[in-house]
Formats: sequence, C-alpha cells, structure tokens
Amino acid sequence: LRLMYTATAMQSKNVGASGAEKYTEAFIKKQIEEFNLGKRHLANMMGEDPETFTQEDIDRAIAYLFPSGLFDKQARPMMKHPTEIFPEQRKIQWGEDGRPFHFLFYTGKQSYYSLMHETYEKLLNVQKYQDQLTAQDHLPQKEKRNLVGSRWLTKIELEEMLLEKLSDDEYSRFIQLLQKLMMLPCGDIEEKYIKKFSKEVPVQLQKVVIEPLKYDERGVAFSTGEGTRKTARATAVVYDNGTGKITVNGIDVLHYFPVLQDREQLLFPFQFLDRVGKHDMVCTVSGGGRSAQAGAIRLASAKALRSFVTEKEVEFMRQAGLLTFDPRVKERKKPGQEGARRKFTWKKR
Amino acid sequence: DDKLLSEPLSHPDFFNVKELFSLKDLFDARVHLGHKKGCRHRFMEPYIFGCRLDQDIIDLDQTMQHLQLALNFTAHIAYRKGIILFISRKRQFCHLVESTARECGEYAHTRYWQGGLLTNAHVQFGSGVRLPDLLIFLSSLNNVFEPHVAIRDAAKMNIPTVGVVDTNCNPCLITYPIPGNDDSPTAMELYCKLFRMTIIRAKDKRQQSEVFNELR
Repeated sequence: LRLMYTATAMQSKNVGASGAEKYTEAFIKKQIEEFNLGKRHLANMMGEDPETFTQEDIDRAIAYLFPSGLFDKQARPMMKHPTEIFPEQRKIQWGEDGRPFHFLFYTGKQSYYSLMHETYEKLLNVQKYQDQLTAQDHLPQKEKRNLVGSRWLTKIELEEMLLEKLSDDEYSRFIQLLQKLMMLPCGDIEEKYIKKFSKEVPVQLQKVVIEPLKYDERGVAFSTGEGTRKTARATAVVYDNGTGKITVNGIDVLHYFPVLQDREQLLFPFQFLDRVGKHDMVCTVSGGGRSAQAGAIRLASAKALRSFVTEKEVEFMRQAGLLTFDPRVKERKKPGQEGARRKFTWKKR
Repeated sequence: DDKLLSEPLSHPDFFNVKELFSLKDLFDARVHLGHKKGCRHRFMEPYIFGCRLDQDIIDLDQTMQHLQLALNFTAHIAYRKGIILFISRKRQFCHLVESTARECGEYAHTRYWQGGLLTNAHVQFGSGVRLPDLLIFLSSLNNVFEPHVAIRDAAKMNIPTVGVVDTNCNPCLITYPIPGNDDSPTAMELYCKLFRMTIIRAKDKRQQSEVFNELR
C-alpha cells in the first residue's frame, strides 16, 4: 500500500498550489538591506544627509529623478520600505516535528475559526455573569447606546486583519455574533474586545463647518458663499437688512437674466427660508451658459445663507437639495457613435 | 529508545484506563439512551440491549469494553506523540470539543469540512504537512444526518479512527467504535473528560519515561 501523503515527488506540478508568490524571510531581509543601502545612495546623490533622510524626502527625490506623467499614482516609480510593498505572508504553520502550532490548524481557516471560538467564549462568560446577577436580582437595565458614530469592520479589513480569505456568509456570521454579544444587558464588560472590531465614523454634518457672520463698515452682517455648476463659477455675498436687491457682475438681475426661469432659480433659497425681501445680494459669475450661471449662483447663495440660519433649517436646506453640488457635466462623445449616447442610423443592409 | 516504545505494547492496559470510568458513571451520564426505533441503523443492532417504549437502549457492558479499547488506543497514540484530531459536527458541543482539544494540546475540527482536507492536504496546506495520526469522532454524523466525510477519508488515508456511534450511525468504517449517546450534554462532557484525562496521562507518562532514560 502506498502512503499517499508522504509521496512528495508526485506533486511536481504544484507551482500554483503554494498560492500567491511566496516571500521567504531571508528574501524580505535581503530586500530591507538593499532598501537601506539604496536610501543612503539616494541621499548622497541629492546632496542630503544620509542619517536624516525620511520617507517624504525619498518620495520627493524619486519624483524629481524619474518624472512620470502617468495618471495612476500606483503605476509611477516608487521606493518604499519592503514591508509596505510585499504583502504580509503566512509563515510555516508547523514545527520541526511536524506538529502544527495552532490547535485549529486542520480546519483550514485557523484565524477566523479561532476568532469565532474566542467571541463565543466571551458570549458564554457574559451569559454566566448575567445568570449570577439574576440570581441576586442585580440585573442592570440596558440603556440604548447611540450607534451613530461607529461601524463594524468591512469584510476586506477583516481579511487583512486575519490574513485569510473569507466568504460573505462567514463574515456576516461573525458580525451577527458580535451584535448578539453587544445586545446582551451585561455586554458592556466585553466593550474593549468589541471595540477592536468597530471603527469611528465622524457624522457627516459635523464635518461641514458653518462660517460665522462677518460685519462690514456700516455694521451690516454679511456672509460669502461659492458655487459651481457645469463650467460656471460663482461667488455670492449676502447682506442682512436688505430689500431683496440682487446684482450680478455689476448688472441688475432683471437685465442679466431676462428669462424668468433663471430668476426663479436665484429666488429659490430665499423663498425656501421665507426671507424673500430681507436680504441683499451681490454676486460675480463667470463661465458656463445662462442656466449654468443661475444654478451656480443659487448654490453660492444657499451656502452663504447657512450662516444666517439655525442648524435645523440648514438640515432642511440640505434635504431639499439646495446645498448639494450638481455633478452633472457634459458627457463626452464616443468614437463609433454620433454623440454621447446617440448611435449612427442603423441600416438593415 | 526502542525499549521506551516497545514496553507499553506488552501490557494489555499499560495506562490503566479502566479506573477512569465505571458503569454507574456511564448510566448517570445517560450514555445508554439511543434514538427511537425508526432511526435505528441495521449495523447497530448487535450493540443494542433492547427497546423500551420505542426508544433504543444501548448495551453498556459492550460500551464498557469498546470504551476501554478505544481509550487504551488513544493513550498509546498520545504516548508515541501522535497528532490527534477531534471531530464533531454538533453545534451544541462545538465550543466544548474545541476547548477540550486546546487543553490536551491536540487539534480539533468542529466546522464545515472542506472536501480535500485529508486527501488533498499537500495542495490545501502546502507540501510537508503532517496529517493526523488518529481521528476521534465525538459525533459521527454531519448536520444532514449522513456519515461524516472524514470517516471515509481516514479509511482512504490509512488513519485509524475512534468514534462514538449512536443508534442511527454507521459503525462500519470506524476502527474503534464506541456505541453510546452523542446527543446529551452530560454524555458529551463525560467523553471529553475521559479523552482529556487519557491523553494527559499518556503524555505525562511519556515525559517521565524520557526523564528516567536520560538519568540512566
């Protein structure tokens, strides 16, 4: 009887079996030495001090010596530490006598299953603690925790953490386990463990800084806003205590925008906030066409009005779409077609 | 060195596994309870004592003999530093089995079994893997109530198997079957305790023998 698992000579065609390129430890060590030597050479070439040559200096030097017009930053010549270039590899999993190090080695996905095992153990501990508390009638009430500021790790981030491929099902199972752990009344004990798998997400609104009102020589409050639409760029200055006068590029709005539709666009932010006759506006606009300039001024004035108005009304404006930049631009014409979408007339024969 | 390996084989019960369990322990842990008459497997009939109110009762005298043989065999394997792999596809006891394996210093697999784990090991793990020398099945069925694939694969790869077979399981390809209940938590805890104690005992004995040899 031939013992199949000892016949290594049979597996001659298994080049792809070892997976993606295997980088041995010796190879990576050599690369690191070469990198350090190369860093010193580069510093000498640039006339800098080799001891205090940082990564930013290296990037600048390479960009100077090898200028490249390629669009993708990753495709340009780069010189980075080998640990950043070569992805982390799994070292050999078993010792000299052949026994694997990890007790779940034979499952195939040892890090993922050991993670599940640990999380389940934490769950059991929390349940036991809860039972103890219930026996003494000391069970704490669960307060609703605000989950807005955090999110779970994505599948790709988890894969990077575990150095193993995961399937969608396995990832969702792990997240469900974590959620179950968090939902328990005494789940706060394991908060530190759960925090390892969650990330902070700054709430979108908090990012946008609303500028405070400025006061000019007359003592009138004003604020500026900028807006773009298609190719038009506009800046608007909105003054308080006004009569609803609007000036564009030094020309009155009735003369600059003869069409009613454009004037309605300009009026929309003020109408929405019920401040039609209360503000004056002076704007400058360039580029684009009639409608694009109107849209640009509308966005600029809405941004300026944020400073005059409460946070709730800012949220209402945002939901109405007054503060959103309109990303629509002219689509390019493609070869083989008459326009961006229009195809040439199809002839049957 | 030769004497170290050959001496245990001359005794019928070198590690004295008989004292680890008694008939009363098995009965208290409800090892004798089987499934209903309709679930009975044909090849389990020799191991069944009788049937009460449609539920099969397993013969504990036979279980004692088989358990003693199986524990003796695992002790010998552990003494000779073999790799032991615990397998169970029961979700209830997955954590228990994995913790038992970790405490023994052996290995466990209580998750979905990928097809080529044993038969295609060089491709899946890399060349130079050492396969397990013993598989212990704490429940020989998988989640669809079919015999676990590892039983057949171990037979293909010449790896001996020890397994707890319930009244609805097929004991054919398992080298050391142990007829007994695999559904009750008490029964599973008993099996885990027994295997853990035998393996630790055997490893300690091996360490002691090596120390004696070195002193000489």
